[in-house]
Amino acid sequence: MADISVVLPSILQPLAGGQSILTTPADGAVTVGILLDSLAGDYPVLARRLRDETGALRRYVNIYVNGDEVRRLRGLETEVAAGQEVVIIQSVAGG
Amino acid sequence: MGCMATEESYVLAIGTKKGLWLATSHDRQAWSMSGPHFLMSEVPSIGIDTRNGRTRIMVGVRSEHWGPTVAHSDDLGATWTEPEQGAIKFPEGTDAAVERIWQIYPDAEARPGVVWAGAEPISVWKSTDGGEHFELNRGLWDHPHRSEWGAGYGGAAAHSIVVNPSGENVHVAMSTGGVYRSLDGGTSWEPRNRGISAYFMPDPNPEFGQCVHKIAADAAVEGRLYAQNHHGVYRTDDNGETWESIAEGLPADFGFVMLTHPRRAGTAWVVPLKADGERIPPDAKLAVHRTDDAGKTWKRLDSGLPQGEYNAVLRDAASVDSAEPAGVYFGTRGGSVYASPDEGEHFTEVASHLPDVLCVRAAVVSAALVPGAPVPA
Repeated sequence: MADISVVLPSILQPLAGGQSILTTPADGAVTVGILLDSLAGDYPVLARRLRDETGALRRYVNIYVNGDEVRRLRGLETEVAAGQEVVIIQSVAGG
Repeated sequence: MGCMATEESYVLAIGTKKGLWLATSHDRQAWSMSGPHFLMSEVPSIGIDTRNGRTRIMVGVRSEHWGPTVAHSDDLGATWTEPEQGAIKFPEGTDAAVERIWQIYPDAEARPGVVWAGAEPISVWKSTDGGEHFELNRGLWDHPHRSEWGAGYGGAAAHSIVVNPSGENVHVAMSTGGVYRSLDGGTSWEPRNRGISAYFMPDPNPEFGQCVHKIAADAAVEGRLYAQNHHGVYRTDDNGETWESIAEGLPADFGFVMLTHPRRAGTAWVVPLKADGERIPPDAKLAVHRTDDAGKTWKRLDSGLPQGEYNAVLRDAASVDSAEPAGVYFGTRGGSVYASPDEGEHFTEVASHLPDVLCVRAAVVSAALVPGAPVPA
């Protein structure tokens, strides 16, 4: 069984107890959506920063699975395999 | 000889496009600032709740990246608390998500704990636990008109909520949709816009669809409200059944602000802007206008305000406090904030060069909460 790592941007780390990387054990592939659901249990405020109450990924939140942005894959249905890394980055926006 | 310690002090909360600033004062002339709180998040709504023997500042915060939320502080901004699951969120089945919280309105003293909120998309919310959790007002959300309400330039939102002393009559104003009234405490709603022009529509006198910018209730006359519209300033004396223009005597009937006195009948303030197509103070001279006779006459108030001002004052970027005489406060999109300790007769600049001011709220608080109180001799 290998872990899946979720790498947080520094601005969100206070919402995860100061951690920069969250690891979750995985014995198979899970979707990004399920991964975010599991985060919501431990870090509900963090989860609300990433998705709205309909479950949609916020417009300027980008999630990368092994380097690919999930909107170019299957969105929140994108599968993450054990041992892979998920990186959350805010997009460049605003003024 | 020394000064008597003042028992009352003042807090002024300034929500901007890039964070919240808090100013405190013992005399409404000299202000101490803290901030920015929530740097890089906009703060379009603030409610200061002084009921229950505490001063709670509630803020609607919105990050372009991380979305909207509601936080509150019971220690004048030293610490902030955000309910884990979010104070305002659409229930399952609505398929909607909160975009921005436009209004946080603590209800009357007689209903401690009750706080109303207005949000985008157009929706009204009510909390009974001091603003920690809100419930969607279903009567308005399920209203058959909802699909026909439009979006103003700033977004489609319920931005004004006014509750009468008994709590039975609730008026909500939305852009664009107009004024809706409930006579049963918010269970059912009907449009109440007769007399208010919607000159921008094919039928300029529709049942609803008006672009009302702000409404406020007269402090002492039940059933009297004032409205600043997208061109048009109005008053109703019959609980919204009919509205009549009170724009005569103002340099322009466009603007966003409508304030009423905390206690005195007939007193209201507006901040006119030249026109829809020219959103600057008339002649670029910033001025507040006050009526003391329910809109029959207006007095121009510009002492201490800049001449050569090209920034607008937004609908919630103005407030009164509950002191005697009442304080009047407002901020501009140019990041200047002004305070008057005497109902608008004289203004002093509290801050300048802040980001766009979106919301201003002021309250009288216990002097013990504010550092630096004059020490009694």
